[in-house]
Amino acid sequence: MWFLAACSFERESAMPQPSISKTMTTGESGLSVVFAVTAFLSVIAAAKAVDAPFAFHATLFAIASVASVFCIVNRYFDRPAALPPAEINGRPNYNMGPIKFASFMAMFWGIAGFLVGLIIASQLAWPALNFDLPWTSFGRLRPLHTSAVIFAFGGNVLIATSFYVVQKSCRVRLAGDLAPWFVVLGYNFFILIAGTGYLLGVTQGKEYAEPEWYSDLWLTIVWVTYLLVFLVTVIKRKEPHIFVANWFYFAFIVTIAVLHLGNNPALPVSVFGSKSYVAWGGIQDAMFQWWYGHNAVGFFLTAGFLAIMYYFIPKRAERPIYSYRLSIIHFWALIFLYIWAGPHHLHYTALPDWTQTLGMTFSIMLWMPSWGGMINGLMTLSGAWDKLRTDPVLRMLVVSVAFYGMSTFEGPMMSIKVVNSLSHYTDWTIGHVHSGALGWVGFVSFGALYCLVPWAWNRKGLYSLKLVNWHFWIATLGIVLYISAMWVSGILQGLMWRAYTSLGFLEYSFIETVEAMHPFYIIRAAGGALFLLGALIMAYNLWMTVRVGEQEVQMPVALQPAE
Amino acid sequence: MKAILTLDNLASGLVTTIWTPVFVAIFLAIIAYAFWPRNKAAFDKAAQLPLREE
Repeated sequence: MWFLAACSFERESAMPQPSISKTMTTGESGLSVVFAVTAFLSVIAAAKAVDAPFAFHATLFAIASVASVFCIVNRYFDRPAALPPAEINGRPNYNMGPIKFASFMAMFWGIAGFLVGLIIASQLAWPALNFDLPWTSFGRLRPLHTSAVIFAFGGNVLIATSFYVVQKSCRVRLAGDLAPWFVVLGYNFFILIAGTGYLLGVTQGKEYAEPEWYSDLWLTIVWVTYLLVFLVTVIKRKEPHIFVANWFYFAFIVTIAVLHLGNNPALPVSVFGSKSYVAWGGIQDAMFQWWYGHNAVGFFLTAGFLAIMYYFIPKRAERPIYSYRLSIIHFWALIFLYIWAGPHHLHYTALPDWTQTLGMTFSIMLWMPSWGGMINGLMTLSGAWDKLRTDPVLRMLVVSVAFYGMSTFEGPMMSIKVVNSLSHYTDWTIGHVHSGALGWVGFVSFGALYCLVPWAWNRKGLYSLKLVNWHFWIATLGIVLYISAMWVSGILQGLMWRAYTSLGFLEYSFIETVEAMHPFYIIRAAGGALFLLGALIMAYNLWMTVRVGEQEVQMPVALQPAE
Repeated sequence: MKAILTLDNLASGLVTTIWTPVFVAIFLAIIAYAFWPRNKAAFDKAAQLPLREE
């Protein structure tokens, strides 16, 4: 149980001040009561459940609530009377506990998500691997894979890095005492509920928004807390300027909240059951869904990870941002344009033609901010290009930006209606998504974690740069195999679907296209296996960094680089 | 939208159209802010922020 494990993270530099009498904070007593009530209500819900998965989830809620009360009370008895101070000797007392936990969970979910991806890729090549069981069928494992890599792996990376960057760049301790812990633990509990739900067949059937109504409500509470922790930390800042990475993180947090609330209004069939129906149907639902879906790409997988780019690349390369002006324009252009691109997911459907064209137009315009951002990230290495040869972590970060440029070139191209008529519903889309997901989001996350783990655990450096090098090359080879296989397979598939004979009949039956793709599915699975292998090497490296890595000596006076 | 000029049509037409120039104007203002010569020093300092912190 991570609820119990997490408690041990919170043993931080709090100076004992015996003069203050020890009392529970409002947060501690209030949250204990709230969780106690939640536990009670969850038990009732479990007892009255109309379907088995709901009973299971209500039981999980009950167990987690009781564990939370235990953790809060236990932590209260263990801690000194005074809460950790905001500053020690005039320097901010940064809160690293929740960051460590989220980093650990990111690595855990990453490996789980890549593994499930490998399993379903293998199922497509060898369908017998679904074992004819409902829980291991492709339809249930596929959302488990996408949610595990995007929301569980990516989400934990974003929470960990945002909590780190906002503290460091604002030079202030993270706001809240229990709140940051509530965010990281609550978010991972949401992942648990959503993931087990998919396996049990609980789903709204909306892509990337599969979790049912009660998981959605829970995520809303967690996400609003996340927003408040981030916002209050920024408000308390000691650094007058709000660094650009914080703008990107803030856009990510706010927009995800809006998207989540916009796409998920649903009416449960019973308050004691898992099934619900979405508030609106037909093309309105489709449009809402892809407004949500594409902006999940734009604000979760892009804005959030661009924040990582703008902080971690300068830090690792020890160079300032190439053009801060460009970063401002990059930010606002992205904000103004991305939100309109969703309709390109609905080309040649019942969506009005003008709306499709609008989506296509805005997608093409997105080329400019995307490439502006990419150039800004790459050019930050000006004067430090030689570091690419010696520092595999920086190489990983830079290659991620190159993949960002590549996939944001490909995306607008695929949104053009004539191109889309060939690419849509084929494996080309899967290839495109994975060049972004593995190359950009994956590599920038790996690079950030390789930086973050030694910083958060106060280590001099990584356990082994050589292993990072191995990770880099194995994973890069995996990505290349994956995306090139999907390009060939997708275009082949699209061309076979639209091929006519001289008499005007379709030339190929559907099963012939499936047969033609078989070798590419095997290559793709091999690519995925390499990517997973790289992540396992990384997990070992990070584990050893924490276990045997040399402690960084705290310097009494801050070193100031020459300006 | 119907061709008849009524207050309703005028109002809804205005509301659905007005944000385009408004957003364009805001965006142009942001570009001007980013390139305003007097802001250059502050931005150059901000670009160094990750390197300055403790």
